Amino acid sequence: MSGVKRSDPYAWLPWALWVGGLLPGAILLYRGLTGDLGANPIAEGLNACGELAIKLLLMCLACTPLRIVFGWTKQMRARKHLGLLAFTYALAHFTVYLGLDRLGDFASVPADVAERPFILVGFLALCLLIPLAVTSSVKMVKRLGARRWNRLHSLVYVIGILAITHFVLRAKKDVTEASIHGAILAVLLGVRIFDKVRRAARTAQLQRS
Amino acid sequence: MGKDDPPRIPSSEITKEEAYRARKDNPPPEEAVDPGTSNAGPASEDIRRYFEERQSRRSFVKQLAMATAGAAAFGGGLLAITKSRGLTPAPEASALAPLEIASAGPSASPVPVLGPSDPQTPLGSVTTYNNFYEFGLSKSDPAEHAGSLKTRPWTVSIEGECHKPKVFDIEELLKAFPLEERVYRMRCVEAWSMVIPWLGFPLKALLDKVEPTSRAKYVAFTTLLDPKQMPGQETGVLDWPYVEGLRIDEAMHPLAILAVGLYGRTLPNQNGAPIRLVVPWKYGFKGIKSIVKIALVEEQPKTTWNGAASREYGFFANVNPYVDHPRWSQATERRIGDLQRRPTLMFNGYAEQVASLYSGMNLETFF
Repeated sequence: MSGVKRSDPYAWLPWALWVGGLLPGAILLYRGLTGDLGANPIAEGLNACGELAIKLLLMCLACTPLRIVFGWTKQMRARKHLGLLAFTYALAHFTVYLGLDRLGDFASVPADVAERPFILVGFLALCLLIPLAVTSSVKMVKRLGARRWNRLHSLVYVIGILAITHFVLRAKKDVTEASIHGAILAVLLGVRIFDKVRRAARTAQLQRS
Repeated sequence: MGKDDPPRIPSSEITKEEAYRARKDNPPPEEAVDPGTSNAGPASEDIRRYFEERQSRRSFVKQLAMATAGAAAFGGGLLAITKSRGLTPAPEASALAPLEIASAGPSASPVPVLGPSDPQTPLGSVTTYNNFYEFGLSKSDPAEHAGSLKTRPWTVSIEGECHKPKVFDIEELLKAFPLEERVYRMRCVEAWSMVIPWLGFPLKALLDKVEPTSRAKYVAFTTLLDPKQMPGQETGVLDWPYVEGLRIDEAMHPLAILAVGLYGRTLPNQNGAPIRLVVPWKYGFKGIKSIVKIALVEEQPKTTWNGAASREYGFFANVNPYVDHPRWSQATERRIGDLQRRPTLMFNGYAEQVASLYSGMNLETFF
């Protein structure tokens, strides 16, 4: 008899993240269906999904640097869900492009992609997200082994760089918004590089002594 | 076995791996003394169950509350950091003063009639989906912020290579030229389009009045420069004021008009009040808004978007499905209100009227 079964005190977290995370998407869908997205609803929906995907990806990427800098650990529980939410919005973004923007004109897709390399960059980012989404479960971490899993998931920084590039290249003129996101990514990446270098130096020192 | 070695533990006493893992993954609560294990017996069994149920109910309510609060905070936060895409209500047509259209006299201009696939874009879309960086970068910004523009009093100076330069008061301009309705396709360089019933008069009519000299090879247009009225001019996104230009034969073409209204009413500020250029066979950015100066010049004038990115935006900027923007295709467009894209037409469908202006020119070089 194990007595009162202690439930995970953070069981609410995934619910909060998924319900809250899908809320902007649900609002977007509702506004799209009721004709409340303005004169060009497809462009609105496309941009909104892409923006949410990038913001969620940056939040996901912030988890580890927050631990490195402040020693916080609670946010690590959110990391997987933030990543999967980013993937969900990236998929929605892609679906709106292919399913609505190019509706009935799929033949134009190859030419459009060739003309607009930023589409290819975005598509590559989405493709690279797939293996990470598939291996996001704890079970997969065990199956792959932490070392290999970590190495695979460090791809997320490549994805971040691709996503920001996609964002910068699509701008007509003003890249302020894309640059802000890029700067945040650079800081997050910088913290990790700094940490890695520092740890390597420490290891080397220990080995010498 | 040495003296300092730890005592051997019989293997029967070693915790089973599964049990260890289960406990590691699911540690018992530190605070609660497990009421079930202290005393076995029917009474303690009831007490145990009572505690268990009470605790699970309490923890369920607590978890539900946390999930709800967390979802609201996270969802609300996401909505707050993503751009608010609140819709700006379109101005009521009745709020715009009606303009008198000249009785249908024989117009000097052969205006092509649009077909059934070109229904007019609703006023609400025409007035809330605009590129007018003087009032902000998003499409809804002009409708929201253009109220700060004062369109009266307003003068337009016609100057440069002409015999009779003159500063026109806007009221004078409105009286001097009979207003015609021109329903034109408008193709934005961003690959969307509209059909807009403009009210205006041929640019040629105005230019003829000032009598251009033989040295007038080009026409240069300038938008108002006043960051107080046009807050977007406080930013450095473009070089202000906005400037545009046409070759003189383009400017004299009967399809090129100066518009002062749309849908039978005064031009809303966000559409370029009080007077703007409309050149339907060119990309929308050529249609300079809120004009204060028109100069006849000898040299090809500087134009804003060309100056900002010459590789992407040419001086001519003729609508051309065969010459792509370096970063996107111009072969198709989305008509505002349509779900499917449609092919873009050469010279925006006005090839019959304007193609001769460019005969012998390489349109890939002079894009």
